Amino acid sequence: MNKSDTIFAIKDIHVEVEGKEVVKGVSLDIKRGEKHAIMGPNGSGKSSLANALAGHPSYSITSGEADIDGKNLLEMDATGRALAGLFLGFQYPLAIPGVTVANFLRSAVKARNGGGEKVLKTFRKDLMDKFKLLEVDKSFATRYVNDGFSGGEKKRLEILQMSVLKPIMAILDETDSGLDIDALKIVSRGINDSARADGGVLLITHYQRLLNYVKPDRVHVMMNGRIVNSGGPELALKLEDRGYDWLNANAA
Amino acid sequence: MSETLFKNNGVTDIGDNYAEKYGFHDPEEYFHKGAKGLNHEVVEMISRMKKEPDWMRDFRHKALEIFLAKPMPRWGNTEILNSIDFDNIYYYIKPIEVQGQTWDDVPEYIKNTFDRLGIPEAEKKFLAGVSAQYESEVVYHSFQEDLKKQGVIFLDMDSGLREHPEIVKKYFASIIPANDNKFAALNSAVWSGGSFIYVPPGIDVKIPLQAYFRINAENMGQFERTLIIADKGSRIHYIEGCTAPTYSTDSLHSAVVELIALEGSYIRYTTIQNWSHNILNLVTKRSVAHKNATVEWVDGNIGSRLTMKYPCIYLVGEGAKGEILSIAFAGKEQHQDAGAKVIHAAPNTSSRITSKSISKGGGRASYRGLVKVYPKAENSKVSVECDALLIDDTSRSDTYPTMEIDAEDVRIEHEARVSKVAEEQLFYLTSRGLSEDEARLLIINGFIEPFTKELPMEYAVELNRLIELEMEGSVG
Repeated sequence: MNKSDTIFAIKDIHVEVEGKEVVKGVSLDIKRGEKHAIMGPNGSGKSSLANALAGHPSYSITSGEADIDGKNLLEMDATGRALAGLFLGFQYPLAIPGVTVANFLRSAVKARNGGGEKVLKTFRKDLMDKFKLLEVDKSFATRYVNDGFSGGEKKRLEILQMSVLKPIMAILDETDSGLDIDALKIVSRGINDSARADGGVLLITHYQRLLNYVKPDRVHVMMNGRIVNSGGPELALKLEDRGYDWLNANAA
Repeated sequence: MSETLFKNNGVTDIGDNYAEKYGFHDPEEYFHKGAKGLNHEVVEMISRMKKEPDWMRDFRHKALEIFLAKPMPRWGNTEILNSIDFDNIYYYIKPIEVQGQTWDDVPEYIKNTFDRLGIPEAEKKFLAGVSAQYESEVVYHSFQEDLKKQGVIFLDMDSGLREHPEIVKKYFASIIPANDNKFAALNSAVWSGGSFIYVPPGIDVKIPLQAYFRINAENMGQFERTLIIADKGSRIHYIEGCTAPTYSTDSLHSAVVELIALEGSYIRYTTIQNWSHNILNLVTKRSVAHKNATVEWVDGNIGSRLTMKYPCIYLVGEGAKGEILSIAFAGKEQHQDAGAKVIHAAPNTSSRITSKSISKGGGRASYRGLVKVYPKAENSKVSVECDALLIDDTSRSDTYPTMEIDAEDVRIEHEARVSKVAEEQLFYLTSRGLSEDEARLLIINGFIEPFTKELPMEYAVELNRLIELEMEGSVG
């Protein structure tokens, strides 16, 4: 297969949760090196789309297509999708008591790159670099994954994972929620640093403020399970200014 | 911890299992193997072969009377308890005539068995003394010279009785009398082997001592007896491990362990119980902690068909501390009925119980606990935490906690939780590229981490590997 310009393509994706359709035909085409943002009010189906694409067992994709780097995403389970280079930054990261951050990350790196000595050596160095980048203390490595973490720490850990795993396609689900402005800047720096020139990023967010620091190439507005408007970065500013109501007419 | 976790590519790829690793058995080339069954003649024979003093022989005969008279417990797993055929058990097997002081003194086939279990290697690397019991007798024993010179005594129990009768007579059965329960009575009648340890005042035994218990014969009964005395201000860490071959019929392991921690001393007793799934493990373990002394039971139960064991601490001196940290892993057709008991009988005493259980494949884990605080034990602290993890819907967990608090100003914390491996946690980990098996193992290893972090590193690695083996085939 030729290395196409598109890294992530979804076509007419429909998603059901507990028998209810929450995503009603969404298509996206993300080219290498691009960052896209999906904005929209609560309950518009943004997170459902993200979870379904990552392979969450409670979200079933009932129809549509999804390709990552030319490979059919929908034929793979969650593990396979991750190994194919997909990464989901969780809106509500889960606690894994008793498992240290270092152990967790090492396990994930091993799953992806094998457990060779060279891989592990690189991992250790890499991890320390990323700690610096995200301004987290060394003690982070020995804390249990998300156990007793503040909201901001959880989001930093998500981006720390992204920066260590270097996914070809990252979907970041409301990574900006719950962050103060300093933390937002740090997390944004992490995202910009980790975004691959040959990969893509899909930012899911309520608010425009993240997009001041992570500049999107395209902005899409999702309402009621559908993308109702797409445009350049200026669309985000317009939403910040005018809210979502003006789009309701279009959506109906 | 993860170093061993992903040595193999997921749980399903793990080829070896208990049968190959631990469940093999040796041919029986024994010095003495008596007939099955239990009566006063058997007790007399054991005592005579051991050339015991009269008081011990009398103690045994009285204990047998108590055993015969006592009814079976009416709690725990009564179905299995009532199915025990006491006439179909070998009560005493002496594999070799003379105990080995070096591994070369031990018959080749027995040495090979302990080699396969990794004992000589562990001895070289990180132990100050080793006692290896095979059937009824300790067949190999070693102990570092410099500790001997400092007056530390580490012997098998029979040698302890012979060489230090005055200490043994003073403490033996002093905290677990023969009439304590039916299985303590049984042990008292037919006990053989086990460890005897005395640490003189102020001596810190910095490196652990270990005993390893191996059952080889089918329908064997192993009844070791352990007595540890830490004199004032001394410190000791003792570790025991156990395995057996897999047979289709049950064998019985019924030990009695007594710990005496005198003023200001510290005893830690660590167990990694990995019996084959045909062993009934019915053990009585109890300790007393005097003024400002500390006793810790670190108790891991992975194997056996049925385990009933509740390590106990009597806090009898002011400022004494007790800790019981246990995990139980109940797989298919296993019942781990484990727990803890702490009795606060002096002021300013503190105790902490942490119990973790994992059930899978229809296995059953029970926590049975008792905390009693007597009126004079004012200003004491009690903390109990029970955590159960269910791997599937067919498994079972029960909790039977009892608290009797009769003192004023007692601070009590109590938590009990039952959880399932959550789909959301699995998704989080699989979304990072781990397989479901790897994800489940990581969650389980995290769950028991409060336990494994208390083990010497080598044992923590071994424990995680055991759990990995037990988890084999649990998925899909």
